Amino acid sequence: MEAAWKKPVTVLSRAGVENRPDEVLAAAREGTAVLLVPGDPMVSTTHVDLRLRASRLGIETRIVHGASIATAAAGLAGLQNYRFGPATSLPFPHGNWRPTSPVAVIGENLSRGLHTLVYLDIQPGRFMLIPDALDLLGTTAASLGQEIPLYVGCSRVGSPDPVVAAGDAARLRAVEFGGPLHVLIVPGDLHVMEREHLEAFAGL
Amino acid sequence: MARGKKMVDRVTELMDKPEQIRNIGIVAHIDHGKTTLSDNLLAGAGMISEELAGRQLFMDSDEEEQARGITIDASNVSMVHEYEGREYLINMIDTPGHVDFGGDVTRAMRAVDGAVVVVDAVEGTMPQTETVLRQALKEGVVPVLFVNKVDRLINELKVDEQEMQIRLGRVIDKVNKLIRGMNEEAYKAGWRLDAAQGTVAFGSALYNWAVSAPFMKTSGVSFKEVYEKCRAGEMKELAKRSPLSSVLLDMVVRHLPDPFDAQKRRIGVIWHGDRESPEGKAMYACDPNGPISMMVTDISFDPHAGEVATGRLFSGTIRRGAELYVMGAAQRANRIQQAGIFMGPTRIEVESLPAGNIAAVTGLKDAIVGSTVTSLREMTPFESLKHYSEPVMTVAVEAKNMKDLPKLVEVLRQVAKEDPTLAVTINEETGEHLIAGMGELHLEIITGRIKRDKGVEIVTSPPIVVYRETPAGKATAVEGKSPNRHNRFYIDIEPLDDEIVRMIREGEVSMNQPALERRDILVAAGMDKDEAKSVKDIYGTNMFIDMTKGIQYLNETMELILEGVHEALAGGPLADEKVQNTKMRLVDVKLHEDAIHRGPAQVIPASRSAVKAGLLIADDSLLEPMQKISITVPTDQMGAATSQVQGRRGQVFDITSEGDTVTVVGKAPVAELFGFAGDIRSATEGRAMWSTEFAGFEIVPSSMIKDVVMAIRKRKGLKEQLPRPEDYLA
Repeated sequence: MEAAWKKPVTVLSRAGVENRPDEVLAAAREGTAVLLVPGDPMVSTTHVDLRLRASRLGIETRIVHGASIATAAAGLAGLQNYRFGPATSLPFPHGNWRPTSPVAVIGENLSRGLHTLVYLDIQPGRFMLIPDALDLLGTTAASLGQEIPLYVGCSRVGSPDPVVAAGDAARLRAVEFGGPLHVLIVPGDLHVMEREHLEAFAGL
Repeated sequence: MARGKKMVDRVTELMDKPEQIRNIGIVAHIDHGKTTLSDNLLAGAGMISEELAGRQLFMDSDEEEQARGITIDASNVSMVHEYEGREYLINMIDTPGHVDFGGDVTRAMRAVDGAVVVVDAVEGTMPQTETVLRQALKEGVVPVLFVNKVDRLINELKVDEQEMQIRLGRVIDKVNKLIRGMNEEAYKAGWRLDAAQGTVAFGSALYNWAVSAPFMKTSGVSFKEVYEKCRAGEMKELAKRSPLSSVLLDMVVRHLPDPFDAQKRRIGVIWHGDRESPEGKAMYACDPNGPISMMVTDISFDPHAGEVATGRLFSGTIRRGAELYVMGAAQRANRIQQAGIFMGPTRIEVESLPAGNIAAVTGLKDAIVGSTVTSLREMTPFESLKHYSEPVMTVAVEAKNMKDLPKLVEVLRQVAKEDPTLAVTINEETGEHLIAGMGELHLEIITGRIKRDKGVEIVTSPPIVVYRETPAGKATAVEGKSPNRHNRFYIDIEPLDDEIVRMIREGEVSMNQPALERRDILVAAGMDKDEAKSVKDIYGTNMFIDMTKGIQYLNETMELILEGVHEALAGGPLADEKVQNTKMRLVDVKLHEDAIHRGPAQVIPASRSAVKAGLLIADDSLLEPMQKISITVPTDQMGAATSQVQGRRGQVFDITSEGDTVTVVGKAPVAELFGFAGDIRSATEGRAMWSTEFAGFEIVPSSMIKDVVMAIRKRKGLKEQLPRPEDYLA
């Protein structure tokens, strides 16, 4: 990119953006700066705080929308955007911290027949993959006396070689999803078109 | 050794007859003669030869102990004593008297039911007598008294017979006064020591004789005779007619409780679980057929068998192969490899070990000193061991040779497991590890042991004083934000009430209690009812209270909030020293909807900053450790003694004279006490007898605080400027 635009590019981590917003803001104050992020800047990993800070400093901001995993994963699976409930994310456990709210969100959506997009945790040098997520969701659900009957697993959405597969936990464990990033969808009641699409493209 | 082998058989026969078992500790001020007493008891019971006793220091199994002539670790031994035609198993723990090893006394008192308090007839009760007695009473351990070195009273102080009796009476009165002051209820219920009843014995451990009122009746040895024989130097005859071990062990069997009696009374003191549960019932009844419940009070390393965990078995029977769980550790079974008992430095394996004994087992990989071990998967842990002293001094330790780096880390972990009064901080990145202990001597012994026993060459820094931080004022609704700003925690900070601090320190309030019971105790102590029912955490002597209501996801986030709070309390904002006596109230919380966005990376820094900023706003102050000093000198050296205290930012608060000696009692900051031993020796021409004792933390004088804080910050590589709340509130 530096070669193409003849501009310096600084690589920032998420922690860098959160803990040292001043670097980004200083660059924006001195001229025009672009913060380039994967996906859509205002979905999931929000940049609301950065935009508020800029506004307080009188820095003008503009959003260039990108394609989000939220729509891309739904699209890949052929599930209708209208039929998704709130999304949730599944964190790596930390000591005894194993939040049950992700399963609660899935449960509520299921009870209303809605799909749930489940983001899998990303930490420095560590990506949660579908088999780990299935283990975590399975044990947490069991501890709450719930069951998740059907999943859609997607990997490397937006790349030339995505994998998408639907089925119960046992079937998904047998699927070779390859490298990160991975994401899961827990489908609710399936509309006939959704089912046909999953059968055609996701091996349901 | 044939005699030893026979002893083993007799010991194992008695192990499953609790009414014929006495678990006892021997406690005293340093140099009052505990170890000599223990050795002679062993000799009397046929465990070692009588000629060796007193010289061999059988109980001091550590080379360093024998070289220094003091006991460093508590050590265990079992022996058999016959009383009125029945045999009794005496499980005995000899404990160190030096203040720097006070932690061992605390642990030993958890394992035993009775204690022989040894007091020097010449010196009388000393500061450590008071400390160890307090520890015993706190644990529900019944005391009897042995007034030692009566021969010195007669031969060195040359008192006459009448004066001797008066002086001995005075020692008993003083000990009784202490017992009464510490636990009036027990005192009235029959714990008062009474020579006529036989709960007091007099004698000379060194010369191996003792007398007591009941024994006088059978032996016919009177005080008059004692006086005359001592005077005439014919103590051998006393030792023959009125031997130390018979008199003392008779007293132990007759007046100290067996495990049945003791556990009925003690379990409620040391364990706050449900007494109607299977483990509760079994412990109150000392039931060998119930679930196994054991509290580990000592860990040592055996070059062949590895880690040996010693502790009191309150219920159940331990056999090789038993699968036990260590509460608070990973939930995996620890398989017992060997079960045995200690006889001095040797451990003897037995087939099975029933409730009421002091067990020494291998295979408990997850146990540390203080662990609760059980055959159940879940059990309320025993109350943690309360140490009356706290680490006040630190040394930094580094491996001399690069190749020893990993070994040193392993050795430090071992050392920390063995001695819970040490605080070991391992820093694998810098390779500079910290050991905090109770004083200069304690740290010298530990570092010496790392070099000698563990064979690791190390370089140590000069000792550094350990400080504390505490809020002097209040802060209201201090806002801590997560890095993504979506999570916010509002926390009030103020000093925790002194009475509640005391209750936490003494184990009267803990997170192991059922919530309702804890609430009632706190309300009775004057705490607001809403606060009392919302206590979420007690960390050191700090309390965290959740005053919010109905905040979604707060429950599953609390663990992370507390982790951040603990980080702030482990190193306060002022000087990165431990924070104490702080009350934190969580008054409001904003959380992100999604679990990852309110995950560890977000919540921990947020609650940590709220507490750190809050402490600074609440006038975070630095506290330094103080030591009580007691110096006895000839009257003409009084000036030298007092100026040694006063010249060290100290104060003298009591001067008492007795005969031609004066005892000066005062206190001074640990920071000023480096080199005290040498200075007091030269100032008083070597004629001072002195002892020190931990006396709590006090605020560093305001004129010095800035310099002290800056010096600590510099040493720790922190920014060399006083921190401001804004630093944490970005």
